[in-house]
Amino acid sequence: MPEMVLLGDEAVAMGALHAGISAAYAYPGTPSTEITEFLIQNSKKNNGPTAHWCANEKTAYEAALGVSFAGRRSIVSMKHVGLNVAADPFMNSAIVSIHGGLVLVVADDPGMHSSQNEQDSRYFADFARIVCLEPTNQQEAYEMTREAFSISEKFQIPVMIRLVTRLAHSRAVVQLSDAQPENKLGKAPEPNSWILLPSNARNQWHGLLNTQKEMQDLSEKSPFNPLKLNPGFKEFGVITTGLAKNYYLENLPDLAEQPSHLHISYYPFPAEKIRELATNVDKILILEEGYPFVERFLRGILPGGMEIIGKESGDVPPEGELNPDNIRPVLGLPSHRGSKQPDIQISNRPPQLCAGCPHADSFNALKMALAGYEKSMVTSDIGCYTLAALPPYSAIETTVNMGASIGMAKGASDAGYFPVVAVIGDSTFLHSGVNPLIDAVAYNTNMTLLILDNETTGMTGGQPTILPSSRLEQVVLGIGINPEHVHLINAHRKFDEENSKILKTEIEYKGISVIIAVRECVETAKRHKRKGGQA
Amino acid sequence: MKYDVILSGVGGQGVLSVSAIIASGAMAEGLNVKQSEVHGMSQRGGAVYTNLRLSDKTIYSDLIPVGGASLILSMEPLECLRYLDYLNPEGQLLTSSNPELNIDDYPDLGTLLGKIRSLRHAQVIDARKLALEAGSGRAANMVLAGAASKYLPLNAETMEDYIRKIFQHKGDKIVEINLKAFHLGRRSQ
Ligand code: SF4
Repeated sequence: MPEMVLLGDEAVAMGALHAGISAAYAYPGTPSTEITEFLIQNSKKNNGPTAHWCANEKTAYEAALGVSFAGRRSIVSMKHVGLNVAADPFMNSAIVSIHGGLVLVVADDPGMHSSQNEQDSRYFADFARIVCLEPTNQQEAYEMTREAFSISEKFQIPVMIRLVTRLAHSRAVVQLSDAQPENKLGKAPEPNSWILLPSNARNQWHGLLNTQKEMQDLSEKSPFNPLKLNPGFKEFGVITTGLAKNYYLENLPDLAEQPSHLHISYYPFPAEKIRELATNVDKILILEEGYPFVERFLRGILPGGMEIIGKESGDVPPEGELNPDNIRPVLGLPSHRGSKQPDIQISNRPPQLCAGCPHADSFNALKMALAGYEKSMVTSDIGCYTLAALPPYSAIETTVNMGASIGMAKGASDAGYFPVVAVIGDSTFLHSGVNPLIDAVAYNTNMTLLILDNETTGMTGGQPTILPSSRLEQVVLGIGINPEHVHLINAHRKFDEENSKILKTEIEYKGISVIIAVRECVETAKRHKRKGGQA
Repeated sequence: MKYDVILSGVGGQGVLSVSAIIASGAMAEGLNVKQSEVHGMSQRGGAVYTNLRLSDKTIYSDLIPVGGASLILSMEPLECLRYLDYLNPEGQLLTSSNPELNIDDYPDLGTLLGKIRSLRHAQVIDARKLALEAGSGRAANMVLAGAASKYLPLNAETMEDYIRKIFQHKGDKIVEINLKAFHLGRRSQ
């Protein structure tokens, strides 16, 4: 059998390729980006299957739905908060009768390595009443992705693969199996199942609820939910989900007895198996990477007298990631000892804008423009420029979700605040900034929008933005802003003085104005230069 | 046999490529390998580290437990201390002496290096100097890979093969420089 060294993300991508996908869609987002990067490289090399970056996660999801409607298999990938953006097509896609297999990969980020929250996507799978698979290593990531396509077509539902950062970005050897061909092209046989008029939608919802029992039965039988009983040891049993299993197994050799153990990686979870485990033990310890998702249900499944310990009971850390060390206390094991720190202060080294980054110069100009005001407000967004929240810049005051800077600036201005500036990157603007700008234009809101156009999606490693930088101005003008209040400036410190004057004038203008600060990200510029040199 | 390594440094220093050379060498020698990497926000000039685990048995956790690492290999002196908790009290610490001064409150370098040298099993290498001697300051991470090769449960030849492989598209000259840097590191005391 051939084998490859793959990141968890790449193992998912290989699984999708070998499951015969015809298309892949995504918006870049750590820790999911490498899935689609891998598929784009593959597509260039092998002339397909299609792999595209999209404007945002919602449009990516909708494209995948189109592939399914046409009978073929597709994969759509995003980070956890991306699913909030794609929630509308996602929730409704559970109701249609999926035709070509549709797999949604969501990479959660417990510990918030590169995200604004640590929401657990298993809740979304449960909310939509679909199947979710959760691999614990690269091999499973490959196999479960393949399996997910079969389950998707069997139950006519989208299937979610839930990854977390530590698996997405960890590399190991994966054994591959034979690839299967693409599905034949052909529309979904019952067209009504895709027209969610209330009368159809009621039927479809009824159908989905009826399938729950089958999904549940499969869960009870699934080898993805292995139960190992040890009738000789009753003191406590263990349930693990996700990577918690690895950390548990890492510590198992240190335990005097091997507790009965159920691992869950197929949801809806196997209630019968949980009950079976419970009849064999006096207490259940539950270790989950993410929210106490199974734990909260357990309290309804098991008889009242059963003691359950986990995150809800306060015995397992409820925030951040689990790791091999922070589950030792609840297993009754002593902490490991490491080497001792010498007595010297280890200063923090937070991430920062690269030397020469165009954003740094734009923030400089903005600070100069705002210097004369007693008070001012700068809302901002998600990207490298979020780092301007830290010293020495301390230039932005909000970062909430993709595109929020513009809507929030409108709200603050409506509330009477002046001056208000929204700062957003080009890629984030095209992701979810255009719609709130339409709102601001409709009411000629007194605010200034500064678009930092570095001609790339910088934070995730320099993917191309969905539209070339040269078209950004036309997009803005097309919404109907007075062209006199739209400016292109060069984001270079040479022009700080001049740029700050333009900003100041537009801040003073009583209406919506847009300033686009253009200069390429120094990282991608380096890469382009190297490539150019070779050609 | 198990051998856990923490590689540390600052985003942009090539922590990942050194990690990849060791990982590929280990795989070529038939070991199981897990390499947990850092992508995204912290890569922008922040503190980065990878967990590299080698074993002839199944490796479960991608993360190394406290006190589990046999080696800390650091591209930067301050960064080698950040993860010291994870180093086994008998483990080896190997770091470059060249600081990345991209923060304001960097401790006094002399004091810092003194503290590191006073630790048990610590080796401090002027990786930049040896890299320049090999022909390019950019090969500092290969100097460190070479120094690490003295401790790793791997044949140096396997790692050299891989160095040839990854640099071959850049021409013979670059391959030579990187191999030389590797050897200088390996011979360093
Ligand atoms: S990657 Fe590009 S946009 Fe991001 S901080 Fe560096 S130079 Fe700036």
